Amino acid sequence: MEYLLKTYGESDRGEGELELVVSGDWAERGDSALVSASGDNKRRNFGADLLSDLETALQAGGISKIRFDTSNLTDWDSKLIVLIIAIQQQKTQNIEIDDAGLPRGLRQLIALSRAAPARGDRGDAKPAPGILETVGQQTIGVFSRFKASSQFLGVSLQSFGRMFTGKARYQKSDVRDFIFAAGPQALPIVSIVNILLGVILAFMGAVQLKQFGAEIYVANLVALGQTREIAPMMTAIVMAGRTGAAYAAQLGTMQVNEEVDALKTFGFSPIDFLVLPRMLALAVMMPFLVLYADALGIFGGYLIGITVLDISTIEYIEQTRASIDIVDVALGVFKGSVFGILVAVTGCMHGMNSGRSASAVGDAATKAVVSGIIAIIGMTAMFSVLAAVLGI
Amino acid sequence: MSDPHIAISVRDLKMGFGDFIIQRDLNFDIKTGEIFVIMGDSGSGKSTLLRHLIGLQKPLFGKINYADMSFWDAPEAQRKALSKRFGVLYQSGALWSSMTLFENVAMPIREHTNYGEERIAALVQFKLALVGLAGFDAYYPSEISGGMKKRAGLARALALDPDILFFDEPSAGLDPISAKRLDDLILELRDSLGTTIVVVTHELASIYAIADSSIFVDADAKTQTALGPPAYLRDHPPTAKVGEFLRRGDGKNLNEGEAV
Ligand SMILES: Nc1ncnc2c1ncn2[C@@H]1O[C@H](COP(=O)(O)OP(=O)(O)OP(=O)(O)O)[C@@H](O)[C@H]1O
Ligand SMILES: [Mg+2]
Repeated sequence: MEYLLKTYGESDRGEGELELVVSGDWAERGDSALVSASGDNKRRNFGADLLSDLETALQAGGISKIRFDTSNLTDWDSKLIVLIIAIQQQKTQNIEIDDAGLPRGLRQLIALSRAAPARGDRGDAKPAPGILETVGQQTIGVFSRFKASSQFLGVSLQSFGRMFTGKARYQKSDVRDFIFAAGPQALPIVSIVNILLGVILAFMGAVQLKQFGAEIYVANLVALGQTREIAPMMTAIVMAGRTGAAYAAQLGTMQVNEEVDALKTFGFSPIDFLVLPRMLALAVMMPFLVLYADALGIFGGYLIGITVLDISTIEYIEQTRASIDIVDVALGVFKGSVFGILVAVTGCMHGMNSGRSASAVGDAATKAVVSGIIAIIGMTAMFSVLAAVLGI
Repeated sequence: MSDPHIAISVRDLKMGFGDFIIQRDLNFDIKTGEIFVIMGDSGSGKSTLLRHLIGLQKPLFGKINYADMSFWDAPEAQRKALSKRFGVLYQSGALWSSMTLFENVAMPIREHTNYGEERIAALVQFKLALVGLAGFDAYYPSEISGGMKKRAGLARALALDPDILFFDEPSAGLDPISAKRLDDLILELRDSLGTTIVVVTHELASIYAIADSSIFVDADAKTQTALGPPAYLRDHPPTAKVGEFLRRGDGKNLNEGEAV
């Protein structure tokens, strides 16, 4: 792997000509190519010395033509091609490049790589936006995203209406499958999360209430907190991560496969066909999941009550029963149903808006979970304020 | 008002995504009962043009007329009614992955007719047999090969005996024998049912075998550079690129012209 730069004085070929003599093995196949890259600067900067020598020679001035002599070149591969292309791109200073001296195959590969013109009207042509522009764009984006989400929610709820009038077209068997996936199959994770939440609530309360000798009120705290706030919110968050993400990925993949387009051309409404069954499944299953979560949360609190706080079983149950009434439970169940629709709609929306690539489907699933959780927590806060104002 | 022999007429069509223009000034007519081929280099916007014709994407400018009706100016109900007369075979097959092949073909029939189950079953079996997939009714799309998916997609496109069939690269991924069978089927559909057929394809053999007329969309010129029967265009190419395309790049040496 050797090279030599000959300027006109030495090569005696003509005024202003530079001859680049490349000889030896420039492919470096075999064992030497496989040695570890670390520390081997020469290999990493393949040909850098040639380029810098060439640049020095060109800067000296007086050169109008570069020729190549490769008669003693024994082997070469893409690395040399890339070097030659780099040299050719130095044409800026009106230097003619005569590639007649290059191996024929090399010239042809370069020609091939240029045969299809690069797409010039997009990509790095746009300058990166400044901070002000970014902030502006993002702010505008928030509003337009909010508008798009509201529209999607509206369209989905219309589809709900069409279902009641019997006009919506969807597969009943889909609803059954989704109900199974969103209900029974979700029980293990909902169980674990809610038992532990009951335990956490009980401990949290116990620390404070013990100071007043009022440990028994741990039962009130757990029962009220769990049924009104915690169970619907946490169950919905679990469902956003589990089912919302799954919906986004399913619909995103269908988008990639042009399945959604196929539905449209046959006159099916993708909202009725794809979004409605999923929304229905979560709206139906969430109330049951919340009831189940209430029970398990209270059970978790009870475990701490009888072991750590020395409350008797009868006492704990009596206290729990006295502390909550049907309104508290109903409020939680109602919230659960709303959150269920919310999770389904955000999941489906991001899936339907997904781009047509593997990474776009991944993004859709991520966005579904993130915006699902934000929506759930926002709604929980809103419900709390409303309930306080209305005295529920 | 308009010529009854014209199924689709495209006027001054400009298509693109936002600021990015893919094609402009497209003008052509597709006659009723003819096989019209859309040719062009990769990335020139053939699939995009097809999506415009089917009504999946709105033009940036210009009109697409079906008989007397300007597609994008018509109310949605009318657009939907028109779409029912279309059959579309997508580039990837686009079968509904949660349904068996039988269900895939049966669903449009169920939706748009009031036939009994027995009649639907008979129709579905016939369409599947027509594309060489008899006996695959109970398979899911993930259980069949790529070429079979294409053929199943075709069976679904034929489900409602459409007036206009759209194909996006039907023979890509098919072996030469299946591709030939598909060409024969396309010709047969035109001759026996009078179906108007719009095909996006690169396959020269197929183009010469089936096309009555064709258009060439050029990725560099960003507009149509040829319109007419492909054999005529081959002998009288309006641009060098069209000639090269229709003669499969013959007569051009990469080292000439393009090299720096
Ligand atoms: N969603 C999109 N957003 C932006 N640009 C797109 C999008 N879809 C396609 N394009 C661009 O539009 C151009 C035309 O794409 P199209 O799929 O119509 O090409 P094609 O002619 O069908 O190519 P092929 O023969 O390879 O299928 C391409 O340059 C592509 O990058
Ligand atoms: Mg395409």
